[in-house]
Amino acid sequence: MAQIAQFDVWIPNNTETAREVQERIIGLMEQNEWPMRECFGVRLAMEEAMVNAIKHGNRMEPDKQVFIACELTADAITVVIEDQGDGFKVEDVPDPTEDENLENPGGRGIMLIRSFMNAVAYNDRGNRLTMTKLLGVDNEE
Amino acid sequence: MSTGTRRLDLEEVGDVTVAKFTDKKILDEGNIQIIGNQLFALIEEDGRPKIVLDFSNVEYLSSAALGKLITMDKKVKAAKGKLRLCNIRADIYEVFAITKLNKLFDMKDNLEAALQGL
Repeated sequence: MAQIAQFDVWIPNNTETAREVQERIIGLMEQNEWPMRECFGVRLAMEEAMVNAIKHGNRMEPDKQVFIACELTADAITVVIEDQGDGFKVEDVPDPTEDENLENPGGRGIMLIRSFMNAVAYNDRGNRLTMTKLLGVDNEE
Repeated sequence: MSTGTRRLDLEEVGDVTVAKFTDKKILDEGNIQIIGNQLFALIEEDGRPKIVLDFSNVEYLSSAALGKLITMDKKVKAAKGKLRLCNIRADIYEVFAITKLNKLFDMKDNLEAALQGL
């Protein structure tokens, strides 16, 4: 499928700059008439992934950076987010919807990313996330 | 209050406090902290543990905000109070449903329903 837009950028390790990149990506989706509901989901997935990269991956260290790449085609958007931390194993993150975890204040970001995006993959080290949303395609639940 | 800008409009309806979020987006950790402090003060300083949170302005929130709401729920329960959420739009409700927090929180369609029997 032909590419409509593509960019990648290294940003400083702060959420303000991460949100500027989110706005840029959502702007591209809106220009290409993605439905509001899907923009909401992609924005939320990006917010969770970027905050995870900055806070848990890079541990809020100001000298670290986050890499963000985006590719938009007519029927899909893919976002890559990479931090400079040691990585983690996604299977080590407890299920936040289990009764014993339901009242834990944290641990819901990855679940929300998986729910709102159609494909989510981590590299072996666990410091790079690649996630894709297909236009008009909901996850089966 | 030891916090900066107010992020909630507060209204007293009998012994219930209605707290309406003023922000459209509840994302920023600093703002969430301010919201938390303002909410916790209702219980810990003002002794008003019956609270309705009105989400009518809120278009967007992240898991960081959910964490603060869970802490709020625990504080309300510890103070033997009640917490209800209302006026939550469909997109945001989906976030609660995915994380199964719709089971934890008492959620009502509108303010009138939230105030009933509280």
